[in-house]
Amino acid sequence: MALDRLFRRRRTRGGGRDVPELWLKCPACEAQIYKKDLEANLMVCPECGHHFRLGVEERVRLLLDEGTFEVTTGRVQPEDPLRFEDTEPYRERLARYREKTGRPDAIYGGTGAVEGVPTLLLAMDYAFAGGSMGSVVGEEIARGAEQAAAEGRALVIVAASGGARMQEAALSLMQMAKTTMALDRLWERRLPYVSILTDPTTGGVTASFAALADVILAEPGALIGFAGPRVIKQTIRQDLPEGFQRSEFLLQHGMLDQVVPRERLRSTLAQVLRLLHPEGAKTRGA
Amino acid sequence: MALEFEQPILELEARIRELREYAEEKDVDLSDEIGLLQQKLERLQKETFANLSRWQRVQLARAPGRPTTLDIVENVFEDFIELHGDRAFADDPAVVAGLARFRGSSVVVVGHQKGKTTKENIHRNFGMPHPEGYRKAMRMMDLADRFGFPFVSLIDTPGAYPGVSAEERGQAWVIAQSIQRMGRLKVPAVAVILGEGGSGGALAIGVGNRVLIMENAWYSVISPESCAAILWRDAAQAEAAAEALKLTAHDLRELGVVDRIVPEPGGGAHRHPERAMQALAEALAEELEALEPLGPEELVEDRYRRFRRMGAVRIE
Repeated sequence: MALDRLFRRRRTRGGGRDVPELWLKCPACEAQIYKKDLEANLMVCPECGHHFRLGVEERVRLLLDEGTFEVTTGRVQPEDPLRFEDTEPYRERLARYREKTGRPDAIYGGTGAVEGVPTLLLAMDYAFAGGSMGSVVGEEIARGAEQAAAEGRALVIVAASGGARMQEAALSLMQMAKTTMALDRLWERRLPYVSILTDPTTGGVTASFAALADVILAEPGALIGFAGPRVIKQTIRQDLPEGFQRSEFLLQHGMLDQVVPRERLRSTLAQVLRLLHPEGAKTRGA
Repeated sequence: MALEFEQPILELEARIRELREYAEEKDVDLSDEIGLLQQKLERLQKETFANLSRWQRVQLARAPGRPTTLDIVENVFEDFIELHGDRAFADDPAVVAGLARFRGSSVVVVGHQKGKTTKENIHRNFGMPHPEGYRKAMRMMDLADRFGFPFVSLIDTPGAYPGVSAEERGQAWVIAQSIQRMGRLKVPAVAVILGEGGSGGALAIGVGNRVLIMENAWYSVISPESCAAILWRDAAQAEAAAEALKLTAHDLRELGVVDRIVPEPGGGAHRHPERAMQALAEALAEELEALEPLGPEELVEDRYRRFRRMGAVRIE
């Protein structure tokens, strides 16, 4: 695919403005990487293959056919139903994340095509409150599933989340049921749902829609699980086994269909969708 | 083992007992004094329980002596037979499941089970299920659908077990599957939060057409201690976290997360479990009766609508 268009926007914006950020250190192999090289390589370390987190807009460009994307998210805005306040009022946190990401909450996506297959793609934004699921994320996913079902589209959700959002407490918890149950609209219409797990996917997101897809793919080395490693360590008071809760570990334990490197993610997704989606299945199978 | 805010009540009760014993022993009439103290006791109990903080309710929800799933299947239901195992790996003692009769009809019951002693609690893993527990619950949902029996779930868990073995066997996956399976039930489903409703481990059996909660139970996305440890970076801030999480029965009724609060007798369900169970039986009977007219597809749709409207958002 055309790698250059993936980061087009970033490139046209200020050139050489932040000089120190031109070089990055890979957290896995500690290699110094020229940022442009990293971007050209889909944010995968050219030295060791470590997958850096990919922004949601880049994710959409990576997976959807050029020129097909129409954004559907953004109209659903967060509230502060509990008037939650810990060390900072929830409202202020929301405003801060909104400023940082330019989006109202931790999800972004819309309609498009994956090698011709009509799709509704949603990507969770880890940069917004750790990709946590509150009412907005739940609502966008439920709407996405309903719209995909109504329009005969495949549903693809890219998960990246620390879990349910604490600041919406029980209402966040309820999003697990809401999103899960909305998936059944696709089930009734025999439309495929593919879940792509990226680093990290934990808590209430794993334990609801992310684990319930027809096909589950994961990026290499992603942290995936129910409880976070710190909580588990505290509970069992032992060190955790090597590679515990990483994609490869989950594949071994039967929880995933495939671990797919980012460079092959689009083609693998397209293959699955072509085989499952009624249009693709018919034209190729008949 | 009394809770701190129960102390004055318990002390007053002890004094009344002593006076009674003294009056009997010495054959003197102290009924006026005793009557006054009784009135004082009632006032004190009412005041204490009318002004409980959220953190105090969390403590009540955990108080040993509250009715557990096994108490309820013995006292609220008749003819209970326990069914064990997930048919795949093991039987999980943190989840109790089986068939029973309620007001003349067969029902399927599943609930978390805590122990009443330390030894029992270790056996029951403090009510924290492994994946096997949820697989057993899903087996029961299949059974309820196959025979058309109402499904009753009883929630009382600090959360699903966060351990290595649970992760290896797909804790997140079974919770998701259990939520999905319960959502698809073609029979009436009523969930009751008895004590602790700890996050996904509770919700896995909480997808009812009606969700009831005992007056002093809590239900949230995280326990106050864990929430405090993450957001305040200090588990000792649990009291503040409990307030912020709005996790009591009354909060949840207001948020629309639960449909009905089952009143507990004065002093809490742990002090009068029989009366608490009686109130629960009545509420359960009414809710099941109300669901009776709905057909299989209507029940699925009713459940979807119930959870579909959950949350607080603004559309621009």
